[in-house]
Amino acid sequence: MADLTMVEAIRMALSRALEDDPDVIIFGEDVGIDGGVFRATDGLMQRFGAARVRDTPLSETVIAGMAVGAATQGLRPVAEIQFMGFLYSAIDQLANHAGRLRNRTRGRLSCPMVLRAPFGGGVKAPEHHSESMEAMLAHIPGLRVIVPSTPARAYGLLLAAIRDPDPVVFLEPKRLYRALKEPVANDGIALTLDCALVVRDGSDLTIIAWGAMVAEVGRAADALAERGISSEVIDLSSLKPIDRSAVRASVQKTGRCIIVHEAPLTAGLGAEIAADLAEHCLTSLLAPVVRVTGYDTVMPYAQLEDRYMPDAARIQAAAQHVMEFA
Amino acid sequence: MTGNLPDCSAFLDAKGQVLRELPDFARDAETLITLYSMMVKTRVFDAKAIALQRTGRLGTYGSSLGQEAISVGVASAMSEADVFLPSFREHGGQLWRGVSMEELLLYWGGDERGNDFAGPRQDFPVCIPVASHFPHAAGVGLGLAHKGTGGVAVAIAGDGATSKGDFYEAMNVVGVWELPAVFVINNNQWAISMPRAEQTRAETLAQKAVAAGLPGEVVDGNDVIAVREATNRALDRARAGQGGTLIECLSYRLSDHTTADDASRYREDAEVSRHWKTEPLVRLRTHLVAEHGWSKDDEEALLRDSRTETEAAAERYLAMSPQPARAMFDHLYATAPPDIAALAKEMGDG
Repeated sequence: MADLTMVEAIRMALSRALEDDPDVIIFGEDVGIDGGVFRATDGLMQRFGAARVRDTPLSETVIAGMAVGAATQGLRPVAEIQFMGFLYSAIDQLANHAGRLRNRTRGRLSCPMVLRAPFGGGVKAPEHHSESMEAMLAHIPGLRVIVPSTPARAYGLLLAAIRDPDPVVFLEPKRLYRALKEPVANDGIALTLDCALVVRDGSDLTIIAWGAMVAEVGRAADALAERGISSEVIDLSSLKPIDRSAVRASVQKTGRCIIVHEAPLTAGLGAEIAADLAEHCLTSLLAPVVRVTGYDTVMPYAQLEDRYMPDAARIQAAAQHVMEFA
Repeated sequence: MTGNLPDCSAFLDAKGQVLRELPDFARDAETLITLYSMMVKTRVFDAKAIALQRTGRLGTYGSSLGQEAISVGVASAMSEADVFLPSFREHGGQLWRGVSMEELLLYWGGDERGNDFAGPRQDFPVCIPVASHFPHAAGVGLGLAHKGTGGVAVAIAGDGATSKGDFYEAMNVVGVWELPAVFVINNNQWAISMPRAEQTRAETLAQKAVAAGLPGEVVDGNDVIAVREATNRALDRARAGQGGTLIECLSYRLSDHTTADDASRYREDAEVSRHWKTEPLVRLRTHLVAEHGWSKDDEEALLRDSRTETEAAAERYLAMSPQPARAMFDHLYATAPPDIAALAKEMGDG
């Protein structure tokens, strides 16, 4: 079993999907000979041919809209948006069509497509390249929104997304593309969608995160453990639908909850989770649910990026606060 | 064809005179009568739909009055293996393709089941957000080509749609990938209150195809023969692997934009009256009378049959019970996630 980075694991999943299913096709900007700007599709055009791995003209509307059309014809398009900051024009297609087609035709037509997009900060990319606007996508009925947090999770979740009969937006934390390696088997086994994963058991508080923030939370949990605070860490993985029962079960056990995301605070997914806990776990809560998030401002350029991103220190401070509350 | 100026290659003029040699299909009386019958049926259906809306028994409805030849002409050129992607004013084309009147009424009456038509199963439901279905047509064309079915995607939208990026961006990929897709513009001169002249300075809408390297042509959209012939040529090209085509069909919206609109706010009655002289049904009827012995009795029988069919469809539509409330969750996903399943259960069967 090879040690792979996340981007290598994604490439392996794409390759596996192309091998296993002749209906899988990949298209997007620079995904062909260039192998994608992050090399997620490196070598795939050479191996599977330009009819199955194809460069599109520069149009996010067409990338998303063409995926909708192709998906209705029995293909399994895996389309790439180069950066989440360029995904906004594709939201029209996701909200008005991809998420609605099955429903509005009472199941006659469906949309088994995957829209992949790198997202999040942490790599000092140019303006418009570091946003985390996942809450906008999670608000759209009929979609699934998935974020992996490790190479092995990326492999299994991407295979699951491609095999799913409904549209999936697959957001790849680009900060993790090459940050770490882990053994990933090319076993063709898909993980289950719609499920959160408890990545660390604990008893004093629950910390919920996704994508690159899971590793940041892990660092904070290590430091907290040294001070005798036991954190249960949940990798939410599925931002739509949210695995509410997993979140509730953990908070019912620990009585405290911190939600961490890079996206801005207001109307972020942390608000949804906090509201759900207020509705369903009030009697278990020993302290207020606290959010550690990006700020309600435009994602700063590279020089101030580190000051914007939630980090282990901010997470620890929040943990200290909820522990001291009760 | 690329970049040509308006030619309005009509075969029949507004008075039904034959202007040029007719294509083979248009010399066949039966074919012409079938086309005419569907156009009449569409108009009768339209009137009924509006009557239902005015009496509170149908939702907002967009009439196709005066543009029946476009929708019917395009659909009549298509084969079963092709995929139709209509906008919201193409009832005639949907009826031609096999969608039932009852299903159309169900959709416009606010029931999703109207889009689950018995046939043609592969066709798209109407697209309401203007021009956003052109990228779908590119994708459908990609799928059809990939599967080697020989099918072609045919999308249709109004003149306002040509001002949107979706239209151009989709045309562009159809051009560069040589996809089997035909884009048709129902240029009825009005996008709600915006006249064609204020939509674009482009001399024709068809010339926008030049930017994508596609052939574009202008036809008289009130002449069903011209529309069908142009669509035939475009479909032949697509089937021969020569890629897409843009067809601009010139017509006129004789009705309000929809039942929610009042066109007297922005256009003169005199303009509308003028265009009644060039509408598509009269010219074909005149031709049928002159060349194919179409009689007063034939006409009356057609109107009677169309009305009977429409009334029966309306009765069936009105007799249908609404879906239970939980139906709003039934087809959100192939398999409902727990939250959605719980909501559906909570709603019950009422």
